Amino acid sequence: MASKFTVSHRAGWLMAGPAFGLMVMFILVPFFFAFALSFTNQRLISPNPTEFVGLSNYRQLLGVGMLTLEPVKDDAGIVQLKDGAPEYPALRSFTRKNPDYPHLDGMRELFSFNLSGDKITYVLARDVVFIKAVLNTFLFVLIVAPLQGGLALGLTLLINQKLRGINVFRTIYFMPVVVSIVVVSILWRIIYDGNNGLLNNILTGLSFGAFQPVNWLGETSTAMGAIIAMSVWQAVGFHMVIWLSGLQTISPTLYEAASIEGASKWQVFRYITWPGLKNTAVLVLIVITMQAFGLFDQINVMTKGGPLDSTQTIVFQAIERGYGKQDISGGSAISVLLFLLVLSVSLIQRYLTRSVEAK
Amino acid sequence: MTTNDNHGLRLIVRYLVLILIALMFCFPLVFMIISSFKPDQQLLLDSGNIRAFLPVGDLSFDNYSEAFARAPIALFIFNSVFVTAITVTLSLLLCSTAGFAFTFMEWRGRKLALSIILATLIVPFQAIAIPLLLLASKLPWIGMDGLTWGWLNSYHVQIIPFIADGLTIYLFAQYFKDLPGELIEAARVEGASWWQIYRKVVMPLSGPVLATAAILKFLAMYNQYLWPLMVVQEEGYRPVMVGLQYFFQLNIAWGEVMAYLSLITVPVLAFYLYLQKAFIASIASTGVKG
Repeated sequence: MASKFTVSHRAGWLMAGPAFGLMVMFILVPFFFAFALSFTNQRLISPNPTEFVGLSNYRQLLGVGMLTLEPVKDDAGIVQLKDGAPEYPALRSFTRKNPDYPHLDGMRELFSFNLSGDKITYVLARDVVFIKAVLNTFLFVLIVAPLQGGLALGLTLLINQKLRGINVFRTIYFMPVVVSIVVVSILWRIIYDGNNGLLNNILTGLSFGAFQPVNWLGETSTAMGAIIAMSVWQAVGFHMVIWLSGLQTISPTLYEAASIEGASKWQVFRYITWPGLKNTAVLVLIVITMQAFGLFDQINVMTKGGPLDSTQTIVFQAIERGYGKQDISGGSAISVLLFLLVLSVSLIQRYLTRSVEAK
Repeated sequence: MTTNDNHGLRLIVRYLVLILIALMFCFPLVFMIISSFKPDQQLLLDSGNIRAFLPVGDLSFDNYSEAFARAPIALFIFNSVFVTAITVTLSLLLCSTAGFAFTFMEWRGRKLALSIILATLIVPFQAIAIPLLLLASKLPWIGMDGLTWGWLNSYHVQIIPFIADGLTIYLFAQYFKDLPGELIEAARVEGASWWQIYRKVVMPLSGPVLATAAILKFLAMYNQYLWPLMVVQEEGYRPVMVGLQYFFQLNIAWGEVMAYLSLITVPVLAFYLYLQKAFIASIASTGVKG
């Protein structure tokens, strides 16, 4: 409707300008700041002038290497055994100022594996904690996205029945969404407690005492799982409502036609409901993924990244360095990496879901 | 067995499933409220069994009075409510005028500005928090003490960066698109100013989208944690989520923790239960057009 009545340069800027200006100031500027600062050694408060350091922040964060070691052999080529196991040269001799291995200097062991014979292969990283944080974040996203999306869809189908009082259940399922994740995290800390926690007691009761109590947040093997379960519990209602709104866009005549044709429940879901929810599915997946990459609050309240860095995440590291250690440049470099990750994952998701639609 | 019995049985099973799931979603909140009335020792003893959810034993308001004695709770609640109320109000005003300008008006730079705003939707807040912290620590402010540098430890550092956001503007623009365009055109022809059209024609029709935007902003602001954690060290400006730190000193008094959590959560829950249709509609509307 581009008529002379709708063209108004000054009024347009007057009405959109304040909000636009605020977004430039507090989203766009910091966003470009993050890129710029990540190439410097900026600190929050520092007596020294800021210097340009090129890619060194990124090199520090992302530096990884591999090293395969053979067991120590004596002059005759016999493997030396120590306490019944082959002995290997000390890793430190390769990663501490070894002129033959300059690319490994300063690295530490991330993990090691044993593929062929008695050779041992080390995967090394310059910043072990950060690489662990990246791996943990990916683990969290990869589990939470399908789990939360799927459970939310299940709840939606359950709540979409025509039953008396169904709205009461919808209201209850959605309830955790309005509660702060900080509050939720504290409550679940007690539920997960290793001594007298509710979860342990329920499991002990259900298994007639066979279950051994677990310190859910205190063990490296269970801490991340516990945080995943709680996060899904808190946010699943949010996505249930989004699925529900997608469900309402499907024309009821399709369902009527299906029931006349005598379609089974599964057929109705497979050929009417699911195709009708394609767009919603893409949205749910992208929203969950973006939220999951930002994992911080639960970690800060429940584990602070522990035990043994098993719940470190990218954002927790960004905040710990940028704010905790006042290392603005290091935190900014992590922020940039986080953004690039979110961007590429959402582009990949969009690409994959597009090709599905084209089929 | 008649089919009628079968139907009845199936109905019971359905309700049982629904109730079981409902219990899974409420139990931590019931536990929180019930525990806030129990003394510490009983709370911990009960937390391992069904008594955790029952108002039994030695119940009192002691935890509440002790919690109030431990921390300036009224101040924290005031801070949160104040910051939330101001942000929601300004956000509704500025984002709706922006949505209005993007939907109904033609102006130079409109397309570019709109695409920049939509592009910000894929920037997670966590990815700009650190540079924003640096920025906020250096910005100038003119207040009671004249010109000062640095926004840390203030109300405005918690308000101003969150007034305008892409999602809210997008929600308004989407809603305005479905309003009858002839109304606006007619008002223009009759010589109404843009501000008059916004006030007298569009806003009276915008109840649903205003409610949606207000609820989303309210939840985001009241539950703020990461940002105030970084920018507010002074007690005077602390919001409720950061105020929690007072209860996690050396010896955690869980009864007081539960009292505090109940104090800051129950009003929100009550508000939600009272307006649950609007809350759910507001979340749903973020997904409709995707």
